[in-house]
Amino acid sequence: MKKTIFAAALLAATVLSGAASAKTFVFCSEGSPEGFDPGLYTAGTTFDASAHTVYSRLLEFKKGTTETEPGLAESWEISDDGLQYTFKLRSGVKFQTTDFFTPTRELNADDVVFSFDRQMNAQNPWNQYVAGASWEYFAGMGFPELISKIEKVDDLTVRFTLKRKEAPFLANLAMPFASIVSKEYADSLDKAGTKEKLNQQPLGTGPFQFVAYQQDAVIRYKANPDFYKGKEKIDDLVFAITTDAAVRFQKLKAGECHLMPYPNSADVESMKSDPALKVEQQEGLNVAYLAYNTTQAPFDKVEVRKALNMAINKQAIVDAVFQGAATPAKNPIPPTMWSYDESTVDDNYDPEAAKKMLADAGVSGLSMKVWAMPVARPYMLNARRAAELIQSDFQKIGVTVEIVSYEWAEYLERSKAKDRDGAVILGWTGDNGDPDNFLDTLLGCDAVGGNNRAQWCSKEFDDLVTKAKESSDQAERTKLYQQAQAVFKKEAPWATLDHSLAIVPMRKEVTGFVQSPLGDFAFDGVDITE
Amino acid sequence: MFRFFLGRLAVLIPTFLGVSLIAFSFIRLLPGDPVALLSGERVMSPERHAQISHNLGLDRPWIVQYLDYLWGVLHGDFGTSIVSKSSVSEQFLQLFPATLELSICAMIFAIVIGIPVGVFAALKRGSFADQTLMGVALVGYSMPIFWWGLLLIILFSGVLQWTPVSGRISLLYFFPPVTGFMLIDSALSDQAGAFKSAFSHLILPSIVLGTIPLAVIARQTRSAMLEVLGEDYVRTARAKGLSPFRVVGIHALRNAMIPVITTIGLQVGVMLAGAILTETIFSWPGIGKWMVDSVFRRDYPVIQGGLLIIAGIIMLVNLAVDLLYGLINPRIRH
Amino acid sequence: MADTTAAEDVVIDPSRARRLSEFWYYFSENRGAVIGLVVFIILVLAAVLAPLITPHAPAMQYRDAVLLPPAWEANGRAAYLLGTDAVGRDIFSRLLYGAQFSLFIGVVVTLLALVGGIVVGVIAGYFGGWIDTLIMRLMDIILAFPSLLLALVLVAVLGPGLTNAMIAIALVLQPHFVRLTRAAVMAEKNREYVVAARVAGAGSWRLMFRTILPNCMAPLIVQATLSFSNAILDAAALGFLGMGAQPPTPEWGTMLAEAREFILRAWWVVTFPGLAILITVLAINLMGDGLRDALDPKLKRS
Repeated sequence: MKKTIFAAALLAATVLSGAASAKTFVFCSEGSPEGFDPGLYTAGTTFDASAHTVYSRLLEFKKGTTETEPGLAESWEISDDGLQYTFKLRSGVKFQTTDFFTPTRELNADDVVFSFDRQMNAQNPWNQYVAGASWEYFAGMGFPELISKIEKVDDLTVRFTLKRKEAPFLANLAMPFASIVSKEYADSLDKAGTKEKLNQQPLGTGPFQFVAYQQDAVIRYKANPDFYKGKEKIDDLVFAITTDAAVRFQKLKAGECHLMPYPNSADVESMKSDPALKVEQQEGLNVAYLAYNTTQAPFDKVEVRKALNMAINKQAIVDAVFQGAATPAKNPIPPTMWSYDESTVDDNYDPEAAKKMLADAGVSGLSMKVWAMPVARPYMLNARRAAELIQSDFQKIGVTVEIVSYEWAEYLERSKAKDRDGAVILGWTGDNGDPDNFLDTLLGCDAVGGNNRAQWCSKEFDDLVTKAKESSDQAERTKLYQQAQAVFKKEAPWATLDHSLAIVPMRKEVTGFVQSPLGDFAFDGVDITE
Repeated sequence: MFRFFLGRLAVLIPTFLGVSLIAFSFIRLLPGDPVALLSGERVMSPERHAQISHNLGLDRPWIVQYLDYLWGVLHGDFGTSIVSKSSVSEQFLQLFPATLELSICAMIFAIVIGIPVGVFAALKRGSFADQTLMGVALVGYSMPIFWWGLLLIILFSGVLQWTPVSGRISLLYFFPPVTGFMLIDSALSDQAGAFKSAFSHLILPSIVLGTIPLAVIARQTRSAMLEVLGEDYVRTARAKGLSPFRVVGIHALRNAMIPVITTIGLQVGVMLAGAILTETIFSWPGIGKWMVDSVFRRDYPVIQGGLLIIAGIIMLVNLAVDLLYGLINPRIRH
Repeated sequence: MADTTAAEDVVIDPSRARRLSEFWYYFSENRGAVIGLVVFIILVLAAVLAPLITPHAPAMQYRDAVLLPPAWEANGRAAYLLGTDAVGRDIFSRLLYGAQFSLFIGVVVTLLALVGGIVVGVIAGYFGGWIDTLIMRLMDIILAFPSLLLALVLVAVLGPGLTNAMIAIALVLQPHFVRLTRAAVMAEKNREYVVAARVAGAGSWRLMFRTILPNCMAPLIVQATLSFSNAILDAAALGFLGMGAQPPTPEWGTMLAEAREFILRAWWVVTFPGLAILITVLAINLMGDGLRDALDPKLKRS
């Protein structure tokens, strides 16, 4: 191994000393992308390899935040009734010139209309250009029911007409599935009879352009010289697909890559002590929770739910399941999200008080079911272990717990039932960084029998969230969401368990990498210093 | 010979149909609804669920789906991955060269060492050397290769730092695939050191994958040689005073090779099973790792198509071995 | 060894004791087989006595003793003979308990495959005709898949876990028994003693299982030892791929899978479970070689 590293270092050194120094940044990615058309998929791995490298969107998330900023759209206007969004496109934005395609025109409204119409309109010839295309995120964010039409006003103006007021709409447009693809490129593929290439050789307006993909091994990009924000400092970007976290760490240590995602939590200590490495961490945009069924006795009583919440030792769960790579959660939204209420006071871990509270509520000899998911998710690596800990915590206050589990798809389905027996461990990973994506999606009255696993419908909470959804004033929305969090805490439909930490180890010489609260790995702005 | 061939083929066709039926029914037996899994924690409306099921053709009677699938298979269409939405046969063709290259190198390793060892042991029958070699061969035969691979990584990549940990070639080198065989492609490219890098990446996986075939070949060669050496014509040749080299090299070895070739053919299945473990350990982007990954991703069409293709390959290789055996040894035809 | 009448003798000789002593004579000729037998007996004893001789419970986590090297290394402690794993469990104790699992897997899988294979094989061989064709085509189908791949997919269908892994492995090992039994039954079925029994009015089932079968046990026993070692290897491989026994079960393959992330940092967590698998499989294979020589000197294979 050492020899190859020497060779690598040597080569890198000779290249760097040359006048036309080519800087190559290597990212040891955790898996193969499902494809390169971000509209088709939902995995972060796929978005890292397509949306955040090759493509750009009308709006972008400000680096390191969940707030949006202008992207391909330099400005927009919202009509007074809040239903019409008119976007003014940046002029002079060039699509990438690659080995496989040379664009003849710049970005215009046709590209934008095409990018969305193919996802929305079943009659669009590109709607089923790969078998079984389901445009999962487009549907998941409710766009089919939300958008009434998208039209080209002039070459650089596009108008979206909505069916109802929806403030998170702008944030949704910054999501990977809303990436803008080139209609000209698509047309030329269609003519050549190779539509599937759109998903294999992506072409966009993003900071890096696609060079080659060797299945399950390497993806290569180079900096897009025509990028509208200017060419990147690194010249080549390589994704070395390395599925095993231990091997990723070895490669990082050996200098074979500059940055890696998802380390083994067991390795983090030795990463921190390695002088060649630095480790950055941040709460992920997720939450794990235990949702009571608030329609069933005795869980319909706030005191019972509060008492159970106080009996759970969250720190113990964080330690046992994440080896510390998570933080206990007190709010239903993660701390990196705007409007997160710092002032919330969590239910203290206090088995004695919990026991008394339960007795005061007239509940004794309670036995209940706790559902544990059968799969590891980012917000909960081992639900069964967490359930066992909760079981022993509840034992201490005289509550007997039976742990149940089902196959994953069935688990998701059965846990939706309104008359479900037991509390469910589940969680959520945010999509667009908007609090609505957590609070309304998971706890709104409309979601009862669906994503609202607590079957909890509080008029007070629902009114606040609905009002926030319809307002386009950020300050007002922040205030409303903070009030909603207070209602949530008071009513305790869930025990909030944890937010997992995203830990990113990298070489010391890497500069300019900004961790994204959305969990993306985007390498625009990254540089390697000697 | 032709009738022999037809007879074998007649057996092959129903077997292949059975294999396809089994591979097909796995997808129905697997727990969990692949469509519902698409949206995970997000909720999918019943209408959308029905729409996607319809798009994927999952709402038709299974017999129709099977016949449709079979029709596709006969035209080289093994379905579409539910995860990547790309064609299973395309993925297979991209990844198969990596497995083939690894298997060929492993087989060369096994044959080049196995046959001489077997011949030597047979000639020195009962000696200390024979017993030691056969003892080592039995160790190789009993080897849990996934552990063997890890041990070699610890020793050669960890302690000695002679070989790379995983992958097919260093990331430094980049050239478009021509044949898909990294050794050939790297030699064709004009990049200095590329071939050496590709070669050094191949060493450990080849040893690991070749270990069990090596042991089997050595043992088989030895017993085939012993049998031939006991035959009258070899004794006659010896008695006539032919040099031991000619006796062994020309008369004995040639006849002893018949069962050995069969053994080698039968190792193809062993190799493909071994590839599952070897490729997982060395992050080798071939079909073994592809199958394991697909099982974990619950990518049913890929599991189904991959099973069918792999079984088809094994059946064809077995047929080829049968035919070859029939050619060398005409007695078997009856 | 070249005494080709030995098998016939076994059939004809009425004295059990004599057959046994003859068997032992041939078996003990093979030094490797005897070594294998001794090691195997030690393994069985270790597995049975594991609760008595292990210093620690297999799942007990000692938080102050994480990733300790073996006792003879610089930082090792005598309390943990072969060191500890990433969560502070004693590797030696886990290995001994693991022997229970591996031997249990071997026995159950072999029995399942053997009994199933014999029943199906006897039916195919005795009745012949379309039943035979159907059964043999089915076996061809199973054999057309690489065994580990088929087992892997079967376990994916049935759900990961030790029981399902055993069922899957038994299923993929079974065709070998079917083929052997069928061939033996077909060879025996027209022998004089069978014809005589039939004339005497013995029923089909009685004929098959009481008369014919005992005379074709030798190759089946040899195949059974082979299956025994294969079962242990395949179960460990499935465990290694995360589809066999689930953590924290101290199954050797599963232990290896858990140890992978420490491969370059703590050699002992990786080395010992694999060594245990190798030793067990090797001992059984050595015995298998000896059995083959002893039961049927004609059956000299690779």
